[in-house]
This record gives sequence, C-alpha cells and structure tokens, in this order.
Amino acid sequence: MTVQTLPHESSAAAARRVRHNRHYGALAPALIAAAIALMPIAVVIAIALSGDGSDWPHLIQNVIPQSTAATLLLLVLVAAGTVSMGVTSAWMVVAYDFPFRRVLAWMLVLPLAVPPYLAAYAFAEFLHFSGPVQTGFRALTGFATPRDYWFPEIRSTYGAAFVLSMVLYPYVYLTSRVVFIMQGRNIGDAARTLGAAPLRVLRTILLPVARPAIVAGVALVLMETLNDIGASKYLGVPTLTYSVYTTWLNRGSLEGASQIALLMLVLVLAILMMERWARRRQRFNVGRGSQMNAQPPRVKLTGPRAVLATLATTAPVAFGFGVPLYIFGDYASRRLYQLAEPELWDALLNSVIVASAAALITVIVALLLLHAARIDRSRPVAAVTRLAMVGYALPGTVLGLGLLFALAFIDNSIDAWMRELFGISTGLLFTGSAAAVILVCSIRFLALAEGAVRGGIEKLPPHIDEAARSLGRSPTRSAVSVLLPLLRPAVFTAAVLVFVDTVKELSATILLRPFGFNTLATSVFEDASRGVPEDGAMAALTIIATSVVPVILLSGALMRDRDARL
Amino acid sequence: MFVSQSRLCAGIAGAAIAAGVTLAPAVASAEGTVNIYSYRQPDLIKPLLDAFTAETGIETQVLFLDSGIDERIAAEGSNSPADLIFTVDIGRLQGAKDAGVTQPVENAAINENVPSQYRDSEGHWFGLTTRGRVVYASKDRVEQDTITYEELADPKWKGKICTRSGQHVYNIALFASMVAHHGADYAETWLTGLKNNLARKPDGNDRAQAKAVHAGECDIGLGNTYYVGLMQNNEKEPEQKEWAASMKVLFPNSGDRGTHVNVSGMALAKHAPNKENAVKLMEFLASANGQEIYAERVYEYPIGPGTEPSDTVKAFGDIKPDTLPLEDIAANRKTASELVDKVGYDAGPSS
Repeated sequence: MTVQTLPHESSAAAARRVRHNRHYGALAPALIAAAIALMPIAVVIAIALSGDGSDWPHLIQNVIPQSTAATLLLLVLVAAGTVSMGVTSAWMVVAYDFPFRRVLAWMLVLPLAVPPYLAAYAFAEFLHFSGPVQTGFRALTGFATPRDYWFPEIRSTYGAAFVLSMVLYPYVYLTSRVVFIMQGRNIGDAARTLGAAPLRVLRTILLPVARPAIVAGVALVLMETLNDIGASKYLGVPTLTYSVYTTWLNRGSLEGASQIALLMLVLVLAILMMERWARRRQRFNVGRGSQMNAQPPRVKLTGPRAVLATLATTAPVAFGFGVPLYIFGDYASRRLYQLAEPELWDALLNSVIVASAAALITVIVALLLLHAARIDRSRPVAAVTRLAMVGYALPGTVLGLGLLFALAFIDNSIDAWMRELFGISTGLLFTGSAAAVILVCSIRFLALAEGAVRGGIEKLPPHIDEAARSLGRSPTRSAVSVLLPLLRPAVFTAAVLVFVDTVKELSATILLRPFGFNTLATSVFEDASRGVPEDGAMAALTIIATSVVPVILLSGALMRDRDARL
Repeated sequence: MFVSQSRLCAGIAGAAIAAGVTLAPAVASAEGTVNIYSYRQPDLIKPLLDAFTAETGIETQVLFLDSGIDERIAAEGSNSPADLIFTVDIGRLQGAKDAGVTQPVENAAINENVPSQYRDSEGHWFGLTTRGRVVYASKDRVEQDTITYEELADPKWKGKICTRSGQHVYNIALFASMVAHHGADYAETWLTGLKNNLARKPDGNDRAQAKAVHAGECDIGLGNTYYVGLMQNNEKEPEQKEWAASMKVLFPNSGDRGTHVNVSGMALAKHAPNKENAVKLMEFLASANGQEIYAERVYEYPIGPGTEPSDTVKAFGDIKPDTLPLEDIAANRKTASELVDKVGYDAGPSS
C-alpha cells in the first residue's frame, strides 16, 4: 500500500489561491463593525483638523513638554511595576508550593475589580497626612507637622504609578501565568529533567517564551494608563489626558483638546508596534496533550522561604484589593441604610445590563474582525481591523464626544428623513437612550476582546480549520464548526475583561447616558463630585463586588487551564 | 462552584435582550415636565425641585454631567430634550452662551429678583446664589483676623498655605479676578508667590484644605464659604465638625474692593421643548421662596437682595462681595488657566 503525499509547494499554492478569493459575506459585517468603531475617532480627527492651532504656542511652551514627560514616566513606571509584580507572582504560584498558594493564585486577580479612580482615592486616604498610616507614624515618633519628617508623597507621578500598578498588574499576571503553566509542562519540563533549577528555567527558557504574552498584558496596562483621568487627576499628575481636559474646559478649545488626543494616538501606535515587535517570529502553537491535566511539578518551599513566598504573593492582593476594601468598607459600614435604597439596585441593574451587552457585542465583533483578517490577509483589511482598536487608549470623554457628535448627526438625519416622508418625528433614537452608552463601551473596550480572542487564535495550529476547508466547507462554516468551540476559553476571557471594564467605566457613560439612567460608576461619581465620596462608598463596594464575581470565575477557569488561553 | 461557560454565555445573551427592552428612548412627556441638564448634583437641588413640583404640579428630570453639556446640546440640535442648564461657575454660564446653546429670557419678575451684576446683560444666563472664595485660617496658629488675596503671596506664609488644583474652576475664577484687577503681569508674579508659599502640592477639594488646616499640615487654606456650613452640619462624618471648629473664616479684601464671589446659575436651553414650564421654574428659582430653600440647602448666599442667608451662613460673618462684573472674570479665565500652567502652580512649591 502506498501513501500518496502532495508536494508541499502545491498545497501552499492552493492555500494562497483560497486566500485570494474574497469572501464578501464574511468581510462585509467585519468592515461595517470596524467602520462603526472608527466613527468617533474620525469625528475627533475632524475636530482636531478644524482647529487653527492658536492653542499651540501656550501648549508647546508650558504644557506639552511637561505632560509628555509625566505621561512617559508614568508609562515606564507602571510597565515596570506591573511586570515585576505580575510576572513574579505568576511564576511563584506556578513553580513553587507554599502555604495558601491555591487561594492566593485566584486572589491575585482580584485588584482587577477595583477601578483606578477608586484605588487612587483609597490610597490617598490611607497614606494621607491624616490617614491611618501617617497618624500611627506620628504617634510612634512624636512628630507633629509634615515639616518634621519626610513621607513619600502619594500625590505624585510615583504615587500614581504605584496605585495604577497595584490595580493593573493582574493583566500581566493572567497572561504570564497561562504561559508558565502551559509551557512549564513542555520545554520547561525538559529543562528540569536535564537538571536546571526552576529559576534558571525561568530566566533562560520561560521568560523568552512568555515574552509575547507578557507584552500583550503590558500593552493593555499601558493603554489603560494612557486613558486614565480619574487616578492621575486625583493624584495631581499632569498627564496628556489631563491637559486634554484643561485645554477643553478651562481654555474653551475642543479643537486644541482633540489635537492633544491625536498626539496621544502616536503613543498608542508606538505601544501597538512594540507589541507586534515582541511577538515577531513568535508563534508557539501548543499541542494539547494529556500532560496538560497533570499536576505541574512544583518545588515545595519550607521554613522562612515559604513564609517569604506567602508574604510576597499576599502583598499585591493586600494593597490592590485590601486597601480599597478597607477604606470603602469603613465608610459603607456607617451607611448600611443605603442597601435599602432602590437607586443602588437600579444602578446595579443598569451596570450589569450595559456590561453584559458590551461583552456580547465586543466578542462578536472581535470574532468577526479576526475571522476577516484570517481569511483575507490583505493589508487594508488588517489595517482597518487594527485601527478599530485605538479607541481603547483615548480618554473616555474624548471618545464619548466623538460618538456623541456622530450619533446625534445620525439621529437628526433619521428624524428629518422620517418627518419628510411620513410626518413622524423619531427624535433622538441613539443619543436619547442607553444604546449610546452600550455602543460607546463596546467601542472603547473592543481592543480588550480582540486581544484576548487573538491570543487564543494564535495558539491554535494554523492548519486546524484548513482541514475542514479542504473537505469542502466554506471558510466561515469551518471557522464556526472547528475554531469556535476551541476558542471558547478565549471568548470567555474576552467577555469577562470587557464586562469588568464596562462596570468600571465612567467618563464616556456619564456624557452619553439618558435621563434617569445611572450606573454604579456614575452614582459614585455624583457623590464624589459633591465632595462626599463617603456617601458613594456603598456603590463603590458594589462595583467591586460586581466585578469580583466574573473575575473569580475567570481565574478559576484559567487555573483549571485545561485549555486556558489569554 | 463550577459554573459552565455556556450557561454564563446564555446569561449574557439574556441580559442583552433585557438591554434591548430598555433601549427605547426616554421620551420626556410633552406636558408638565422640565428637563434639566445639570453640573450640580441632583441630590443638592432635589429639595428645591420638589418644592417647585409641589407648588405647580410640573415634574422635573435632572441629567447630571461633569462636562460637555454645551457639546451635548449643540450635537442634539433641535431635537434636544434639554430645557434648562444648571451650573456653578461664571465660566460655564458664559461658556454656554458663547457656545450658542442658550436663548435669552426677558422676564420682569426674574430681572427684579436677580441684580444686574449677576445676570447676563442679554438675558442668556442668571445667577441664583453666590459663594465667596475665602480663607480658612487655623484658630490656633493664625493671629490676624483680616487678610487680602494679595497678601497670600507674602513670604511670611511660606510653607503654610493649602489649596486645591490651580486648574479647578473655583481657583481659575479667583485668579481671573486677579488678572482683571491688576493685569496679567502682576497676576503672574502673585501666583508665583502664592505657589512658593504652598505647604504641599495642590490637592483634594476645598474640604480637604479644611482637613489639612485641622491636621496641622498648613495654617491657611483657600475654600468656598458653603463648605464650612456643610462641614459644621455633617452628621454622617462628625469629625468634619471638628475640622470646621478648628478654623475661622476670613473674608479677604473686606477692607477694600471686597471678596471674590462666584455664582451658581441657570440658562434656558436654545431648543427647550418645554419652554413655558422652564421659564416658570426659572421664576420660581429666582423668587424669594425658591431662593430661601436653595440658600438653606446649599449654604450659599441668596442672590436676591430681599432674602436672608441661612443662620449657619450668617454666623461666618458679613461678606462684602467684589463688585467686578462676572463677565470680566469670564473674559480672563483663559489667561488665568494659562498662567497656572506657566508658573507650574500644580507642581507645588519649588523649594
């Protein structure tokens, strides 16, 4: 019996031929979705271009150098902070065994549930001159005024970097832990059997292999840092995002503000290119075998080293989750009556509805975009799908304004058209309803879903659905029947990340919501802006609680990790 | 505790359908309603609006925003549901007029109750309450009982002053009044002097300055008058009563031009669908009755000459407001904001 094998070249040629067929049925929805996602960004660009540049003498002389320097420093510090905490803690829970390891492994994800603006407030209270830490310090030392002693200033770029790192490191933790677990059982095991110590395995083998995953996590962290206004404004860091606000609100120039926002997009592109570069020639398509379910070989720590390991992995959780919980829990405990107020539960319901809808929409759109990029590898399609992601790094208010103008234009056009044809007024279909809020959150967080799903696709062997296609299935049908089931964990991760970020979202929601529509985040902000953040403590805790549930599910799913991907 | 992912996905889908149900636009009923876009928190103005509803039967809806009211009304165009704009700060009132999202109101009753100094000469906006920007001084550590804004730049205060961010609208308005009175060059020197007297980087809100004075972090803080009343009567966080008790309120420049005041105010939206009711609400807010409720609730000064402030506010002492027209302050805001950047105010003391 002879086995006939096709010459390699002809199969590649066939694949090329297949790819060169345009599949408009799959492309059209993807391109429409990308166009909608690009709509607000296009508006912002148009506003920026309409400006006359009269803001720039002042901006160049007094604003941009300082705010660019502050932003870059913040980005570098947050990257360093999240990588050191995320990678270290991921490595510890994967490679070693120490007391409370199992519970710490999922608790390390919890800070993801804390919005940066709440964390900033909590840490400022905690470390303030009149907060528990400094008051205790003065009681011990007998000092009386701030002129008597030095204490690190939380309201600084370093303080903001600390706060942001404490709540954002889980992105890096999640991405690197998955790689450590998966790779640890293949090449890592091979090195171990040859006698290499765990640390040496980490340094020489696992870190290089994990680099794309770590960088993917850091890219998310940096985009969140870039678009942050709550924490950096509260802690007095003059970032580019902050100068967008002062240019717009105090100097009345939306054009100048949009121009600064465009400048920020340059930074975003740099971050995206860095990510690409880190992923270069790095495709590890991991075959999944039975060893994936095996207990990973962990080095058991004993004595002081075990205590040290427990402390080191507890610290990020204690700071990123414990401190906010302590500060808001204290205020909320004196306001338990708020639990009986329907406003809280309405806000919770709205938050859950918007977050679920945004999760669903972003996952579907991400799948469409990635599928389109997979079956049509032309440059324009790739460019459009990548451009659709930059909304993530824009300040929420800027993205919100862009969408507001676009949607209001559409609303008014539909209304005028309906009036002319049928004599009925449809009013503001989008801007007058919660649809605008769902849409803006979907656009804002599309990059999160896309990143998670892409991470999943890239770990799959590339030929896996081509087998189905060679048997005559259309690309879309083979993707649905072969790829989608395998991508379930990645899709789940994407949905959770978008859900959690939407529950935390504030600046775009507050601009676009209709009458009587409060989310948890907007009701916290209402109290905070009235100068009584204490009164928003219960809603703040509810935000954290709402996000904790999916975060724990996610952490659990990744820990079982039979097919974990991020 | 294993929850299947498919069940979770089903849950998400269900929630999305539920979202579809709530997508129907919130249609404001054509009669008996006033829609308010507000930079003031709903909680603050609720007693006032409740009193209006009790008196007239007209319902109100409030949408709270932190920025972008002008842009939103402009984008919504003739379909905008907004009837009234509520805000604090002269800059935002004038900004709404400049953005073309307001319309003039010529109403004898309102004009009678709102002094001309506190309303737009063309009737595009009206002040409702005033608040002084005053000095919170430690009772223990500050001897003097009078002060001027100019004096805040005196090196004798080095390391002893606390303020919030220089880019906050309340400080921008104060700095703009310094520009209007003394010119940009003087204001720049003054702002540099004030910056060098700061005890720390500008931080927190006005209440945080009182907290810092109480804690001994600084001897004087800049803040609005009403925060003192809010702290004195804070039953939920009683420690704030101690902050208020540890300081005295000094009204700067009482001996000469008077203390800088800012306003909270209202404007009629350009395409107000319920214009008649909206004007009724404006009349109510300007009336003695409305003024009394508003001033009592927020510890601000009623704008009308005939209405007394609350007892709490009276206890701070007499205020002599600066007579500089608010329009002049609005006109100098941009310069003030640029000066804050130029002297690096928010970076805190340089030495």
